[in-house]
Amino acid sequence: MTTTLERAIDQTTEDTAEGSSQQAITKTVGGRPVTMTPEMAEAFGRELDELRARVVADLGERDATYIRRVVKAQRALEVGGRAMLFAGILPPAWLAGTTMLAASKILDNMEIGHNVMHGQYDWMGDPALTSRDFEWDSACPSDQWRHSHNYMHHTYTNIVDMDRDIGYGILRMSEDQRWVPYYLGNPVYAFLLMVFFQYGVALHELETERIRSGDISIADKRETLVGIWHKVRRQTLKDYVAFPLLAGPFAPWVFTGNLTANLIRNVWSYAIIFCGHFPDGTQEFSKAETENESRGMWYFRQILGSANLTGGKFFHLMSGNLSFQIEHHLFPDIPAFRHAEIAPEVQAICERYGIPYNVGPLPQQFATVVRKICRLALPWR
Amino acid sequence: MFTQTTALKLRDRVLRSPLVDLLTGPHGVDRYTELVEPTWTLGDSRAKVVAVRRQTSRSVTLTLEPNAAFAAEPAFLAGQHVNLTVEVDGRRQTRCYSPANAERDRLVELTIGVHDDGLVSQHLYRNARVGMVVGLDGIGGDFTLPAVRPRRILFVAGGSGITPVLSMLRTLVDEGSDCEIAFLHYARTPQEACYREEVDAMPGVLVLRGYSRAADAGRLRGYVDADQLASAMPDPDAVYVCGPRSLVDAVMEHCPHAQSESFVPPVFAVPSEVSGGTVVFADSGVDVVDDGSSLLEQAEAAGLSPQSGCRMGICHTCTRRKTSGAIRNLITGAVSTADEEDVQICVSAPVGDVELAL
Repeated sequence: MTTTLERAIDQTTEDTAEGSSQQAITKTVGGRPVTMTPEMAEAFGRELDELRARVVADLGERDATYIRRVVKAQRALEVGGRAMLFAGILPPAWLAGTTMLAASKILDNMEIGHNVMHGQYDWMGDPALTSRDFEWDSACPSDQWRHSHNYMHHTYTNIVDMDRDIGYGILRMSEDQRWVPYYLGNPVYAFLLMVFFQYGVALHELETERIRSGDISIADKRETLVGIWHKVRRQTLKDYVAFPLLAGPFAPWVFTGNLTANLIRNVWSYAIIFCGHFPDGTQEFSKAETENESRGMWYFRQILGSANLTGGKFFHLMSGNLSFQIEHHLFPDIPAFRHAEIAPEVQAICERYGIPYNVGPLPQQFATVVRKICRLALPWR
Repeated sequence: MFTQTTALKLRDRVLRSPLVDLLTGPHGVDRYTELVEPTWTLGDSRAKVVAVRRQTSRSVTLTLEPNAAFAAEPAFLAGQHVNLTVEVDGRRQTRCYSPANAERDRLVELTIGVHDDGLVSQHLYRNARVGMVVGLDGIGGDFTLPAVRPRRILFVAGGSGITPVLSMLRTLVDEGSDCEIAFLHYARTPQEACYREEVDAMPGVLVLRGYSRAADAGRLRGYVDADQLASAMPDPDAVYVCGPRSLVDAVMEHCPHAQSESFVPPVFAVPSEVSGGTVVFADSGVDVVDDGSSLLEQAEAAGLSPQSGCRMGICHTCTRRKTSGAIRNLITGAVSTADEEDVQICVSAPVGDVELAL
């Protein structure tokens, strides 16, 4: 996937060489103009390329040990949590089991699934950790995710009408999306998406907004639908039929425990992901602005379009290090815990080029996202 | 014994059941059991190192206890090779080795010659220890004894090429064979000749040795020739030779019907002209302009990481479906134009446009 991404970048770089070179871009961030000229972008891009090369050259045992430790913790939490829920008739056991299972699902989806599927550990050559084959504990089929996320979202990040992650085809998350009366329900849709997040993610590749507008028909998406159906069926059977039935008379406690664990995972991952590109200050781009984009300009767009979260080591682990969204978007295929390590350096480089580096604590960032969701429900915004 | 087998079968049936697959989905049961014990895998063929010996200063001998998944592979025949997978600095590396154990042995014995710039052999020589778990699969190879054993057999081995020959010798001894056997072993020095004492003690085997860096020590003087072969056994029914390419070539010159195996990578003839066609890695959505190197190297240069192993056309780990186009085998020079065929990408170079499901 990254290769596809890099190729797309190479393509644009080539285009630049042949055609008219890209113009300088100016964005207003927090009332302050931020400009990137093609000459600056060149040097800026080179510095970031060098940083990436340094990390790639250092990949090895340490990264392998790290991801295996996380996998081990996730599997232990999962087995322990499910076992505990079998005794869920006792409230402390139910609480502990649900918490462990929720933690396991969060680790599985974020620090392991999302990151492994980005190809962050492909260099290890371990079939259990390769992007091509990894499947996660979520309703979304991983092959569809790899297309919509790794390719579309990471290549065309925050370009309105290209990046479907701007509102996921359901929400109005940018002033540049034309208002229609449907968006009056923006806060309601956002709340429902939060609660049913894994199903929202699963339906992402279906491109329902294009089906609604008559652009494509549901028949065009047959294959996608079949893929979603198979994955959702198995996930549902596992969490809501097989495990409860195995518990016999304790089925209700297992059922509610699994339901709650899935809900916690949904709300948590929604919060982290919405804080990646939607907090105040993050920028969207037009197709025209990104024509003939050089690699340096691509980096510039990734930084202006992303926001980081502050927190402790445990917080970063549970967010799959997506709390380093900026670094993640610069280098999506290096192990995520490395993003934390290079963050100070990235921030220093940004400072030298006068590029704002959006970072804040989760409650504050999320509050600005909620405000935006409500604000954009109305037509005069 | 009977109850134990039944219990094993029951456990296997439970672990392979659709219910367990559903409950452990989407990762599968192996991804849980391996965390308790790395060899507890149904799908991944692995082995645990149960003994490590360093017989010489340039080799390491591993005794491996394979798991049940390995036992499910086709039975090992003396002289065949296996793929050994180890992790070096976080990266999986696969190499091909010929086990030295007899055919029906439960334990697999590998003697690995250390190469000066051999990533895997150096790693194993330095770090192999009891309890280490390795990947072990892909039994294969045609360097084997016929089911009806020949009456008079001449074996020739060079250096660590002794391992498949030793496997055959041990198998014949185990079988109580009464056939006539001669064995020529070439090594650099007596100290570097693996399994010297064991082979010397084998009943009914005539052993002759030659040393390239200690000419006076062995009975064979100089390079292998017709005289040396004849002095060991004139007109044998079958000849088996394993070692460096030069040794194999020299023996083949005198015994054209000899069976041979060489583990030193062949030198690929660098193509004199590059086709300049387009190589499409369809599954990855990547295409590159052919630079004349192997499909594997071109894929890696394009940032892809397809599975690969020996990189010399032996292990078939890298095999991929070629959907269209012509390729040339870098070892044999043979050109193949068939659509929809499986090719070993490590030893295949494009001839014109090629599309690969990779």
